[in-house]
Amino acid sequence: MAIIKSNERVGEGIFLLEIEGIFRGKPGQFYMLKVNDEYPLLSRPISIFEITEDTIKFLYQSSGEGTKILSRKSEGDAIYLRGPYGNGFPSVEGKIALVGGGMGAAPLYETGKQLLKKPAITTVDLFLGFSYELVLKDKWEKISSRFFYDIGGYVSNLVPVSNYDVIFSCGPDVMMKKMTEAGKANGVPVYVSIESRMACGIGACLTCTCHTKNGNRKVCKDGPVFLGEDIYEL
Amino acid sequence: MSCNLRVKFNHMEFKNPIVAASGTFGFGEEYNEVYEVETLGGICSKGLTLNAKEGNSGIRLWETPMGILNSIGMENPGVKEFVRKELPKMKKYNTRIIANVGGATEEEYLTIIEELNDTDLDMIELNISCPNVKEGCMAFGIHEKSAANIVKQVKRICRHPLVVKLTPNAENIVKVAASCEAAGADGISLINTFKAMAVDIEKRKAVFENVYAGLSGPAIKPIALQMVHEVSKAVSIPVIGMGGIMNWKDAVEFIMAGAHLVQIGTVNFVNPEAGKEIVLGLQNYMEKEGIKSIDEIRGIV
Repeated sequence: MAIIKSNERVGEGIFLLEIEGIFRGKPGQFYMLKVNDEYPLLSRPISIFEITEDTIKFLYQSSGEGTKILSRKSEGDAIYLRGPYGNGFPSVEGKIALVGGGMGAAPLYETGKQLLKKPAITTVDLFLGFSYELVLKDKWEKISSRFFYDIGGYVSNLVPVSNYDVIFSCGPDVMMKKMTEAGKANGVPVYVSIESRMACGIGACLTCTCHTKNGNRKVCKDGPVFLGEDIYEL
Repeated sequence: MSCNLRVKFNHMEFKNPIVAASGTFGFGEEYNEVYEVETLGGICSKGLTLNAKEGNSGIRLWETPMGILNSIGMENPGVKEFVRKELPKMKKYNTRIIANVGGATEEEYLTIIEELNDTDLDMIELNISCPNVKEGCMAFGIHEKSAANIVKQVKRICRHPLVVKLTPNAENIVKVAASCEAAGADGISLINTFKAMAVDIEKRKAVFENVYAGLSGPAIKPIALQMVHEVSKAVSIPVIGMGGIMNWKDAVEFIMAGAHLVQIGTVNFVNPEAGKEIVLGLQNYMEKEGIKSIDEIRGIV
């Protein structure tokens, strides 16, 4: 069991959960969070928002029953946590754009934080799109060279794709597909992080199978990060 | 006080009665990173078809109160790839290896069985109970005559012990079990998932592209237990019981209801370490209760 340090509402139905302990994980990986011994039976796959020396943080939206129960938990409550799972974002060099939509912003925080530390990275520009409000306003500038955001529109329109060597994207399918298309037109590789329902999280149940150009892949184990071109028909 | 978890299934010995259920354990590899899967009495492979199968599109999983609906659709690499790539890896685990075999037609079942005949598998589980494919499979398990027929055909050529996995959607599961026994089955395993569904009221559509899916998990346990109890009394071949087993107590219930072995399925998703914990829990229980052999408690209810 893992003990909750805080579970703060940071936007409309959006929460930042902080768990005590020393946790492993690289940007783009996820953990399986289970809120109860009983119902619901399955864990929820939630990507790493941030890892600090003595905590791990998850930014999540309270949407289904599992995350609704999670949102009612508070300091001192225990949940089950297992992971990290998945491949995470690849190691890259040069000028990087991070493009996130909605809760797809979550994995980009630790990603930006880690990228900024690397000498081989010259720029980390962050583009976020939200439907109604910008959450965690004061945090994003700290993990990016420049930060741009959009409310209610299409964040993908803000990205000067040809300025970058690599793009990481996470969010709605429409957005990730658009980024992949723009990347292809400009010769810029776009990596996308796919969201999927999962049962086991370790590659056995085949719930999260996704079709790629190279055949069926498991989002939990082969992903969640894939080359956009392998996922989307362009 | 030393207890003995070993179980005889006809002439074959299992080191303990806990077996990983088909479709919930892959080919064991992923779980072997979580715990040593040879802790288990056996591992049942993902359902195998003749050719590789992509599985179903659309949503594949939906949670229900204390259960899950799945519509995976038998995604698997095909029997040849299984024999070439997966079976050699599975055989490295010091435990019983069971291949679950599904098919759309009688010919498909027979061809798969032939492909498996020369392998060093321990057992075949004939899947006539998967509700998630458009043709065959569960269709063979609804009526006693079609079930008996497929078992008879398979039994004629099958060189491995043959266990038949039944569906709770059968018209009369006890009669289907008896007809499988009469047709030569070496054992019965039950139950596969219940045909079930869910509706997305916002989209005003069925959640699953196939409309129907399979329900498993604790929600079905009391019915599974009753079916295992009835079938165990009705046949003289050994029975593998399953349906919503979440812990060692549930496993003991199925054993007391008459099961020689039990399979654990959904719980592997809930807690990947469940297999190990259930074996240990069962051992502790037997030591505490002074039960020297599983035979002492099997079918006592």
